[in-house]
Amino acid sequence: MPDTRDDIRDDAPLTTAKHGDALDEAKAALVEDRGDSLVGRSVTINRPRAELYAFWRDFARLPAFMENVERVDMLDERTSHWVVKAPGGRTVEWDAVITEDRPGELIAWASTEGADVPNSGRIDFRDAGERGTVVTATILYDPPAGLLGKLIARMFQREPAIQARRDLRRFKQLMETGEIATAARNRRELEEEEEG
Amino acid sequence: MRALTWHGKHDVRVETVDDPEILNPRDAIIRITSTAICGSDLHLYDGYIPTMQVGDILGHEFMGEVVETGPGSTLEKGQRVVVPFTIACGSCYHCGKHQYSACDNGNPADNQDIAQFLYGQPMSGLFGYSHMTGGYAGGQAEYVRVPFSDVGPIVVPDGLEDEQVLFLSDILPTGWQAAEYAQIEPGDTVAVWGCGPVGLFAVQSALLMGAERVIAIDHFPHRLELARRFGAETINFEESDTYEALMEMTGGIGPDACIDAVGLEAHGFFLDNVIDQIKASTFLGTDRIHSIRQAIIACRKGGRVSMPAVYGGLVDKFPLGAFMEKGLTLRTGQTHVQHYMPALLNAIVEGKIDTTFLISHRLPLEQAAEGYKMFHDHQNEVTKVVLKPGMAAAA
Repeated sequence: MPDTRDDIRDDAPLTTAKHGDALDEAKAALVEDRGDSLVGRSVTINRPRAELYAFWRDFARLPAFMENVERVDMLDERTSHWVVKAPGGRTVEWDAVITEDRPGELIAWASTEGADVPNSGRIDFRDAGERGTVVTATILYDPPAGLLGKLIARMFQREPAIQARRDLRRFKQLMETGEIATAARNRRELEEEEEG
Repeated sequence: MRALTWHGKHDVRVETVDDPEILNPRDAIIRITSTAICGSDLHLYDGYIPTMQVGDILGHEFMGEVVETGPGSTLEKGQRVVVPFTIACGSCYHCGKHQYSACDNGNPADNQDIAQFLYGQPMSGLFGYSHMTGGYAGGQAEYVRVPFSDVGPIVVPDGLEDEQVLFLSDILPTGWQAAEYAQIEPGDTVAVWGCGPVGLFAVQSALLMGAERVIAIDHFPHRLELARRFGAETINFEESDTYEALMEMTGGIGPDACIDAVGLEAHGFFLDNVIDQIKASTFLGTDRIHSIRQAIIACRKGGRVSMPAVYGGLVDKFPLGAFMEKGLTLRTGQTHVQHYMPALLNAIVEGKIDTTFLISHRLPLEQAAEGYKMFHDHQNEVTKVVLKPGMAAAA
């Protein structure tokens, strides 16, 4: 008898699902529960996965390619403090603790109590043969309420998937070419772009 | 420095702007000695291309002298180089396969979104050709910042004039790739639609690749005459029925390979195509798809169609049935310039290819706006305008 149950899942990632229970499944299988907005993006980078993992594991280096992140301080081996740009020249902050760390394969984190924007996520590094490594970011977040919350929500929800994709593209550029592509003509234009 | 900047439809101006600077390790700054106006620049001039901004510096066919290098550049000050119009990193998967115009990293991250939305995946960056392809300042200027200068620019050997090598930047490799994509076999008859610069270079390339006959199609007598000089037979579509003529000239078989080089002057992205399909199918559709449709209908059974002509959006009444039933092969794409440059430079050095015949007008950069107008209004006589930043302006 062929299996005719209608709840059989396909093989596509949960972050691409059209059905509503994907969020619960993601919370059960992938990331800590820190919100209801789920974003997932993959990029293939023509470098070995150990090298990509090592760069990412040093969180203090992440602002080099993450547009909205102003600063990340490592408080200890597993805890980091994040300062992220918010609208109106403000910043939002949180502490994040690493919940799982498999060298060369996976880094997962979750924000701690009192985060301005509760969030959790994981970065997976998978071998892709002669193409290098597939890096997948899966992020769950919970924009806060209130006026500032609305502004932040707008920033994060504007197009969080696009923001994640842009950050991953910059990570790829940095790892593959040693620099981040810019169309600026001179330092003044570059600064305007970065402040933009 | 002085540069040709875009201000809107039929409004380009030579203005004083900030000089470029080294920003990334692999950058170089080039002092431009020769820079051409491309047919595709006319589409910017006509205001068809979206994501242009007032003040953008145009120009993607240029060469010059290296005046400054970043620590990661392999160029040296004083070297003369021709710069490919496609901005490619040399280190991603696509560059590794010499698919340079598909480079993952040449286009800044934020500018990739529009192309990703329209095409599924973004293509490489281009010089001076809207913000969708990177927003890079172009080379119709005194100086330009060239990213990834260790993999793009090719050094020109001593003894060659600018005009002998300038077209390595775009149109010569584009014509060559078009002929290569036609997969020419001995005894083949190749038909080429359009005798603009790329069509003429495709005619030249097809003959060098061993085509027995090349038939060039246009309606500008002067351009057909240039094709005839290389040994092509010609069809003036205002005087003869193109399909009937091709069938009779090939004994009822049809050309073995057809090259559509008509829309080629557009390096893409027609706003009309993108936001208004209906308008495109009636407005742009008439001329531009006409050539590819005719090429498919004329092509012999099992033949090859090569399309250097650029299409940016959606088309209407594409003869998919004829394409399938006759079992045709279509190859197309933006040019992988970096892949072809070394071999074509050799062909120039050895005297196998001469491109200087194309240049009809030389102007100082200061008269660039005049050059655009001239090129736009007189396509029969004006086959190519080369701007020289160093040349004294006419009194």
